Amino acid sequence: MTRGGPPCFHCGEAIPAGTVILARVHDKDEAVCCHGCKAVAEFISGAGLDDYYKYRDASAARADEIPRTDRWSAYDRPDLVERLTRAEPNGARSITVLLEGMRCSACSWLADKALHLQSGVLDVGVNPATARARLVWDPGKVRLGDLLRVLEHVGLRPHPLAGEPAEQLAIAERRTALKRLAVAGFGMMQVMMFAVPLYIGESSGMEADIRELLRLVSMLISVPVALYAGWPFYQGAWQAIRARSVSMDVPVSIGIVLAFVASVWNALTHRGEVYFDSVTMFVFFLSLGRYVEMIARHRAGSVADALARLAPVTARRMRDGVVEDVQAIELRAGDELLVRTGEVFAADGTVIEGEGRVDESMLTGESIAIAKIAGTTVHAGTQNLGAPLRVRVTAVADRTVLSGIVALLERAQAERPRLAKAADRAAAWFLGRILFGAAAVFAIWWFVDPSRAFPAALAVLVVTCPCALSLATPAAIAAATAALARRGVLVAHSDALETLAKATHVLWDKTGTLTRGLIRVEEVRTLGALPEAECLRLAVTLESMSEHPIAKAFLASGQPAATATGLDVVAGQGLEGSVAGRRLRIGSPAFAAALGAGAKVPEGLELESWVCLGGEDGLLAAFRLTDQLRPEAADCVRQLAELGLASEIASGDEASAVARIAERSGIAQHSARLRPEEKLARLKTLQSAGEVVVGVGDGINDAPLLRGADVAVAMGHGSALAQTSADLILVRDSLAELPGTVSLARRTQRVVRQNLTWSIVYNLAALPLAAFGLVPPWLAAIGMSLSSVAVVLNAMRLSRSPQDPQGRAWTAARPAEMA
Amino acid sequence: MSIVYLLIPLGLVLVGFGLWAFFWAVGNGQFDDLDSPGWSILKDDAPPQPPRPGDTPPSKQEEP
Repeated sequence: MTRGGPPCFHCGEAIPAGTVILARVHDKDEAVCCHGCKAVAEFISGAGLDDYYKYRDASAARADEIPRTDRWSAYDRPDLVERLTRAEPNGARSITVLLEGMRCSACSWLADKALHLQSGVLDVGVNPATARARLVWDPGKVRLGDLLRVLEHVGLRPHPLAGEPAEQLAIAERRTALKRLAVAGFGMMQVMMFAVPLYIGESSGMEADIRELLRLVSMLISVPVALYAGWPFYQGAWQAIRARSVSMDVPVSIGIVLAFVASVWNALTHRGEVYFDSVTMFVFFLSLGRYVEMIARHRAGSVADALARLAPVTARRMRDGVVEDVQAIELRAGDELLVRTGEVFAADGTVIEGEGRVDESMLTGESIAIAKIAGTTVHAGTQNLGAPLRVRVTAVADRTVLSGIVALLERAQAERPRLAKAADRAAAWFLGRILFGAAAVFAIWWFVDPSRAFPAALAVLVVTCPCALSLATPAAIAAATAALARRGVLVAHSDALETLAKATHVLWDKTGTLTRGLIRVEEVRTLGALPEAECLRLAVTLESMSEHPIAKAFLASGQPAATATGLDVVAGQGLEGSVAGRRLRIGSPAFAAALGAGAKVPEGLELESWVCLGGEDGLLAAFRLTDQLRPEAADCVRQLAELGLASEIASGDEASAVARIAERSGIAQHSARLRPEEKLARLKTLQSAGEVVVGVGDGINDAPLLRGADVAVAMGHGSALAQTSADLILVRDSLAELPGTVSLARRTQRVVRQNLTWSIVYNLAALPLAAFGLVPPWLAAIGMSLSSVAVVLNAMRLSRSPQDPQGRAWTAARPAEMA
Repeated sequence: MSIVYLLIPLGLVLVGFGLWAFFWAVGNGQFDDLDSPGWSILKDDAPPQPPRPGDTPPSKQEEP
């Protein structure tokens, strides 16, 4: 595979060797990788939106899958639009649209600008963080279908969301979390302001009534922090206790409540110490970590969104020979559907007429389309690439195969068994030690001096709990999560960082993960008299009339297409047609050879993924089609190996294709033709051998693997369903960040350990000394503050320009905004 | 030192006001999207670019 030259002007990916496609942008010819990117780049330029290329901070999504058929005609019909959208004042309508391919703020600018060029658009609100846009338009002036077409043209594939409860819930959740965070933050700062004079007052002397005032005011400020900002932790703890399990929330809540109650008691009785500063800091840092995690989770998307991307909202129903557009939810079993080329099935069904090819990759991961004839079944969410099909509906809505998978994932997500385990072990360990220590102190004091038993036990709880748990772990996790988010790695479940640090094995999916999931012509072998370029041109001409994924591979080769006549599609075999008076066939070797009398298929072609071009005088050429390896894949595998992680491929594809990719990416272990259950079985074998396995995948067929893996990593542009079951999401759709993420996870664990060690050593040293009166209070106070500051600063190191194992500096890492 | 009896309540009032303002801003959607408003300055009039033959003025909002 030869690579070189500049990357595609639009999407930034490497341009395949031998491809010359130029897009006219801003009066200059720019090299692009495919016709899709060319169309998008020229549309953007033609609409006067060139500045997009200046301002964007990530390359755009590939545009090579712009369907040639119009998917949006249903949205031109007023009665249907009325049912799908919401009414706004003055007769306007609004709808929320999920935008696929949104990568940066410049994309949102582009969407906004392109839509405003249409008359009748009243308001556009694009949120790049959630990749959603809210459109308000005047149905009298512009049709919704036209707006969706504009979005598709600029490379942002729209998915209209019928209703938007999930989005509203997410916004409400985010706002509440932000308010709680603000209360904790303001409270922490205020209490610190009063804590410092209290500490200093201990040594330099302070009037007793001022001291009491400061303590009472600290208490006043801490009340909303403990009750309002800390509320989610109590809720979580209560749920865990009711479910008879222990989550991280339990020790956290016990820590907050005990420290707070003890401090309030002491403040009101004017005795002992108050720990309001610890309580507020504890709540603030925990809330901060939770907030960052929640933003990542919202970004990863919900299962409902995933469903919206896969299943269409509308369908074409046939009744008494008349075709009508209906909403997908109106369909019933027994209805007859017409599904045209390029359309997605809205329900499960049986083909009753037509011969087509269906792309089932979203369900099975198989990259080659499946032939469908009368009597075969089709599934909701899959795409018809061949001739129009008439389908009898057999299952709708929640009875479809797709909904079954979604429901399975939803349940798995709600239970989160594997994720809970890691956190629970840690929580149980801390909780056990702390409770045991406190009980021991209480017992000992009970024999020495019963009146001091309770305060002493409380002191142990208060002092050990906040220091060990509050700052050491959350500050480090929050810093690492924020640093990773800037590198395009979203941490959906922060417990994953702990597990990732211990990982020993990586189980890769092939198609779409190690490879880009795009088939390209890799090798041309001439078998007749015609030169290579001429053969390729003939092949492109024939294939330009086809919707098959193999056709895309030929079209992407960049050869201009001539006109073919008398085209005939033979399902499962190939195409036949005439180019410039010459009868030609393209397809499987046997099919292509059959046109010429007595033509033989050369040895070796039958086994591999070869497509042949044949004429009446025998075979002309053979083309080898392969899915291309990601350019960064081999580097990634090598770096992971240096970090001690062994790689292995578990693919559903055929053996020879898997072996080739394995060789190129430098992976020795590989297995092919695995069904999702077999992938899971392989994973379980590894896990039972004591390996900690990272699963990397992109498709729905990888979802079981991802769910079973100790750490699940999903590709940013893979199936939305795979993302919902992932712990980490590589937003930039590149493997380059994976080794860096592993080493950052390890550094995070190191920092957590350092912090815990420091806190425990400090407490072990200072507590007994202080208890026996050997440390003056002012020194204890300074030591206490310095200990907390040291822990926070140590954690902040994680967010500052980390290095990966090769010493390549991570770029663009700003110091954390949250210190 | 009796001034603290005035200053501390005053400080609390200010904190209360700050929190109220923040809550109002959150409820008003000011923090829902922190990225794209920065791009809005580019919306109303396009940055200067060399005019192309047969081009309409870039600031036209109505028709493409």
